Formats: sequence, C-alpha cells, structure tokens
Amino acid sequence: MTYDVLIVGAGPAGMSAAVQLSRDGLAVAVVDEQPAPGGQIWRGVERNMSGPVSRALGADYRKGLALVEAFRASKAEYMPETQVWQIEEGWSVFLTSGGRARRVSARIVLLATGAQERPVPFPGWTLPGVMTVGAAQILLKSGGMLPEGRVWIAGAGPLPLLYATQALDLGGRLAGYLDTAGRPGLAVLQKLPGAWRDLAGLAKGAGWLRALRRKVDIVRDVKDLRAEGEGRLEHIEWSRHGKRQRVEADVLLVHEGVVPRIHETLALGCAHDWRAGQGYFAPRLGRWGEASRSGLFVAGDAGGIGGWSAAMVSGEIAALGIAARLGKGGDVEERRRQARLDDRRARALALRPLLDALYPPLRERLPDETIVCRCEEVTAGTIRAVTRTSVPDPNAVKAATRCGMGPCQGRQCGYTVQALLAEVHGVPVGSVAFFNIRPPLKPITLAEIASLEDMETAG
Amino acid sequence: MNADVLVIGGGLHGLSAALQSARRGASVTLVERHFLGRHASGATAAGVRALGRHPAELPLSLEAAGDWHRMSELVGDDCGFVACGQLQVAEDEAAFSAVKARVERLQAKGFTHERIVGPDELRTLVPDLSAHCLGGAWAIADGSADPHRTIRAFRDAALAAGVRVTEECKVIALTRRSDFWRAETSQGSIEAKVVVNAGGAWAADVAALAGDPLHHAIRTSMMVVTERTVARIGPVVSSLGRKLSFKQTAQGTLLIGGGSQGRLAADRQSATVDVVALASSVKAAVRLFPTVGGLRIVRTWAGMEAMTEDHLPVIGFSRRVEGLVHAFGFSGHGFQLVPSVGRVLADLICEGRTKHDLTAFDTNRVAAERAAA
Repeated sequence: MTYDVLIVGAGPAGMSAAVQLSRDGLAVAVVDEQPAPGGQIWRGVERNMSGPVSRALGADYRKGLALVEAFRASKAEYMPETQVWQIEEGWSVFLTSGGRARRVSARIVLLATGAQERPVPFPGWTLPGVMTVGAAQILLKSGGMLPEGRVWIAGAGPLPLLYATQALDLGGRLAGYLDTAGRPGLAVLQKLPGAWRDLAGLAKGAGWLRALRRKVDIVRDVKDLRAEGEGRLEHIEWSRHGKRQRVEADVLLVHEGVVPRIHETLALGCAHDWRAGQGYFAPRLGRWGEASRSGLFVAGDAGGIGGWSAAMVSGEIAALGIAARLGKGGDVEERRRQARLDDRRARALALRPLLDALYPPLRERLPDETIVCRCEEVTAGTIRAVTRTSVPDPNAVKAATRCGMGPCQGRQCGYTVQALLAEVHGVPVGSVAFFNIRPPLKPITLAEIASLEDMETAG
Repeated sequence: MNADVLVIGGGLHGLSAALQSARRGASVTLVERHFLGRHASGATAAGVRALGRHPAELPLSLEAAGDWHRMSELVGDDCGFVACGQLQVAEDEAAFSAVKARVERLQAKGFTHERIVGPDELRTLVPDLSAHCLGGAWAIADGSADPHRTIRAFRDAALAAGVRVTEECKVIALTRRSDFWRAETSQGSIEAKVVVNAGGAWAADVAALAGDPLHHAIRTSMMVVTERTVARIGPVVSSLGRKLSFKQTAQGTLLIGGGSQGRLAADRQSATVDVVALASSVKAAVRLFPTVGGLRIVRTWAGMEAMTEDHLPVIGFSRRVEGLVHAFGFSGHGFQLVPSVGRVLADLICEGRTKHDLTAFDTNRVAAERAAA
C-alpha cells in the first residue's frame, strides 16, 4: 500500500502533523516504537490521567491528552510497537513489528523522531546503578517507579530539576543534587530580555529550583565526577573549588541535556549544520521543515531541540508544507499566517537562548581511562592514541578501534569521539564529521530480514 | 617532493606495493584521498581463500597463502589471520557434482589445496550446518583475517620501511615529463619515476589522469554483521551457486557477505545498501544455519571496488604510457592476494619484470579508446 505521508514518531510533532494532514484528506500512516501515542514527553499519558503519578507529572504532561485524543480520532493509520530500520529514497520505509519485516511506500516521509539524551561519559558511567535522568523518568511514567537507596542526581538543565521535583512529590528521596553547570556568565544576562516572552516557563523553572532547595542539598560547581564500585555503584566522587568529595551512593542519575535524533537524516545523506551553542548537529531544513532531500521533512526536536510546544507548531508547519507539495491544503501561506504559526513558534522557543547559555555542553577534558564506546568498551585514551597517527575522521577511528561499531551505531559515543578528535588535532569541534550511519537504524534479526525476502517474492 | 615511486591509493594493495618496493631500497610516497583502507580494504570480509580460485590466479594465490601463514615475518603482526579453513558446501546433487568435477580437475593438475568432503565430515567440520547439505570442497589451509588489523600492520610496516604516507591527499593531475611523473595533489606536487595506480573503484579516474584511458565496472558488495554470539562456527562457509559467504569473526560476531550488490550512486562516488537484495543473502545464510535466525543485525554496508568483465585483476605495466603500473580490478577477491601482488609490483617497479606470468591480467583487456585530442 502506498501512503501519501508516512510519519515516523507519535510525539507532539508527529501527532500534530498527522491530525492536520488527515483533515486535509491525505492518506497518513504513523509509525511509532511505543505501545501508545505521546512520545517521550507524554509517555503513558492516557493511562496516567489520575492519581498521584498524574499529579506529580504536572499540568504540561496532562496537556498531552488533548492531542493524543485528536490523534486517536483522526483517520491516520497508527502502527504502534513498530520500528523503522531503513528508509530508502523514493520512499520505501522498512519496518519490523511482531518479528516480521515489511516495506511500505509513501510519497512523503516526515521524521518526527524527537531527541535523545546527550551521552555523558565520565569514569564509572557504565557501572550498574548509574543511569540517565531520562531513563528514570521513563520508569516513573511507565509505572510510577522510583529508584531506591541513596539516590544522587548529577547534571544540568531543566530535566533533572523537573524529575527531582516529580520524584520528591511522589514521596521519593534524594541524597543530593550535584549541579554540573558552571556559574552563569554575562551571556546569560544578555539572553534574559528574550526569555521574558515565556514568563510562565521562567517562573516554572524558578519554582522547581525553590522547591528543590527546601528539600535537598544542592551542590553547585561540581567538576570531575567519578562513579566507583566493585561490579556496581558504591561511591561517587567529585571536585568542588579544587577539593575532592566522596559519598556513598546506590543510584546516580545523570543528565547533560538532549540532542536531536539524527541517525535517520545522516543515513539518508542529508545536509546537517553544526550548532556550536548547543553542541549538536541538526539537519538543514527549509522553511516548511523540508530536509536537503526532496520529499523528506523533519519536525520537532529531531530538527533542533525546542521542546514539546515548539514541536507541535513545527509539526503543523511541516503538515502545511507537505500538503502543498501533494497539491492539497489550499493557500498554505495564508493558513500559516492565520494560525500565527511563526509567532507561536517564536514564543515556544523564547526560553531556548537562555537555557543554552545557562547549560552549555560540557567541555571538561575526559580522563584517558574513561570508556567512550559502551558497546565495544573503547576508552578515551585509545581514541586519542589512534587519531594521533591519522586524520580527524571518526570513521577512521571506528575502523581502527571498533568504537561505534556496536548495536547503538555510535548513538552513545559519536559526539564524544568528535570532541576527542577536535582536541587532538586542534581543530574546531564542528569541523569534525559524525560517523557514517549504515542500515539498520534499529537492530533487526537475521530471521526478520529474511522474512522480507519471502514477502518480496510473494508480492 | 621527489620519490622513486608514487603509489596512488591507500588500500591494502597500494600499501603492500609501497612496503615491498621500499624494502628493496626505493623511495616511496603513498597518497590516499580519504584515509587508509577507507573503501574495499576496510569493507572486506577478509577471507583468505585459495578455494575456488580461477586457475590464472592460483600461482599468486598459493604464494600468498604461504605469506598469510607467516604474516608476522612480513609485517610484524599476524593480522588476525586464523587458518580456520574454508568450506564450499553443495546444497543439491547438481552443485555437488560441479564441486567434485572442479576438485578432480585441480588434483589432476597436481594441486592439493582443496579436497572433497562427504556429509559426515561436513557435520564434523560445521555441526550447525543444515541437514540438507550434501558435501563440499574443503581447503584446510585457508582462513580469514581482521581487515582493520591488516591495514594497520601494513601501514606500520610501510612506515617503518620508510614509505611516506599522506592521507586526505587527492591527485588532481598527472603529467609525464622526459623520464618522470609530476603529480599535482591537494597537498602540493610530487615527482616520481614510477606511478602505481592502486585506485580501487577509482582506478579508471587515475588512469585517465595518466593518459591511459580504461574502463571497469564497480562492485558494491554488501556485508552484514550481527551481534556477538557463542563460538559456534569454525570455518568460513560458502555455498556453490549462491551469493553467500558466512563466517564467525574473532570478536564472535557473524559476518555474512558473498557478493549481493548494493546501489551505486549515479556519480559513482558512493554506494548504499539495497536491503531487498541483502535479504536474499541473509535468507540463504539462515537456510544453511537455521539456528542463527534470532541473532540481531548490528550493521550492514556496501564496499566499493573495481570489477573487470572476466573478474580477473589488472596487474602490470600500462601498454600506452611509460612508468605507469596498474594494480586494480580484483573484483571482490583481492584481499588474500595482497602479499604476493605487492611483491610482483615491487618486481615490476624495481626490476622492470617479474617471474610471474601476468598474461591473464594484461591491461589491454580493459583499454578504452583514447579520446580524440
């Protein structure tokens, strides 16, 4: 079957686009890995609409229900628990679900694949007991689960603050909160005027911080974090103003911001730009969200981190652009103005410059013994040694060390390798490329891909 | 910069030729457009195989087989070579007859590197093999190596022998002066008496720069690697009449290849995986080894290499231009030949001749008409 539009991801951007494209009379399919719509931000929202978990997750979380309901009511065909493992121009999208592979065709593909947490390597980060704040929040949204024992949070950005607030509201306990962001500099003040456009957002963040301070010891200016233990986390250690501190810990939750999911656009050879302020690559998009490959659109955090409200707007903008491309949607310029999409997007993004200035990507020198590639256990020292005798190309490092060859396809080590190469060769980080990305985008089994051949023969 | 020899192409054949020439006293510069081993040499399954070779390649292949068993002597590292043997199975009677006929012809000529095995021995060699396989040809001295380790070992040996290696260096122009070449590159000019064209999939481009137009196709063979699993398969296994080669690497991953072709970009600069074509190789693999179906694929890729019409390489002096030596067109089976072909090229470069018969590899096979001046 050929769809007009295949949307990958049922989060704020994907659902918004699906609702609008269906209304415009287009045949839409939405593929998503999760069992229910909502994306990461609204994971489990249909199930969590009452009770203490719902209250703790807050009003922004509950706002997701309206969009989920509109999406459920739309004519878009929804394929949950389905993975996209290959996209070919033209467009063929290869899927697996329930142990079978299949191919669907679409005239346009919209990637609304969202963000992933920026991996934060430090000595001991691979020990059991160390996990990301994002993973902890998934457990919270999936079943109200909270970590137990001496729980520490270390990181920067809004998500750890939000998670800490939510966990405490649910009766969880935190042993301490290590703030790894440096002291705010002048740059932050310059961003304040713009940020006032989102006064509610500012107030929300400040509120989290106040509430947290009353209940938890917040340690600022934390540097050189380490996790230690025999077989699992037992201690954490850090430096503050030149002094080492060491505490016992059972769980350490870490977070240093989120980055767009770019494996899909990288695999398709789309042009990407390095965003130095945010420390990530983002696909280069036109004003309707179209990537450098004709017929491929990107909306939401996958095109650059903006959060859920900006993602919804960019989903609507992409939907208009796609409708126009397919000869539907009427005067889309006029619709864009009528719906004040650009103004809504500017408002949704108002806090971003301030957040970027408050929480710049970490630039600490990684100790040589730090594992960079979790899949193949390659250390920073090995990567530095290998690249000294070659060119600053991550693919050369991959060939020489197996770094990035594991099942995660460099999702965990890509940016770290890039930073190490820039450091050794003395070149700007953004001048170093990312790994070449090869299919499959998600691991599939030999039997699953073999089943694809059966299907092709039968067809 | 001046040198006796300029090798264009930092794949294994370029490195091997550079190494062997430098060891015989030549001053050698090697330039590579990307980084060493970027294309075929890094994308190969790294099979070390005399089994099933074309008769014309056998002398070079058997010489190379000896090199692989003593690889540390050549480059100071065994390159991850394991003499696990290579097995070509026959899945039906017709295939088994063809395999038997080939091995009998070889043995009649006095070659002993392959022998026929029946169903019982097949099961002993590879217990996980599907019961429908009838027998096959077994080359006990064959095996496989680690391609990236091989690239590093050849690079390190070449550097130690005095070869100057420059990566991210693209040759833009080649001009023949009275008795030397002048190469303009993205990193300055180089003068050399002899140029070696080891340009792989881009060998025709290099030849065109040198004024010796020729043509070749480009192979884009695809590979699949799985997650690690317990040690279960010893030899490298192929199946007659199917595009399949199958092995377990030293890391424990399974590597499936065998010649299924990916898609070549219109500009011939890159290749991408064609998953439908790949699915047929994978299906053949699962048919041979039903127990591996649940393993997850971690990565697939398509390598790029020059391919000739008769699938034999081009090795030897240009017929039209002086001081130009070609070494390309290995058509998907050049990895094993790296040590012996490097030696042949050093013969040609340093002595102007070799004891090997290169008739089957003659450049005339691929010559194109010169464009009107």
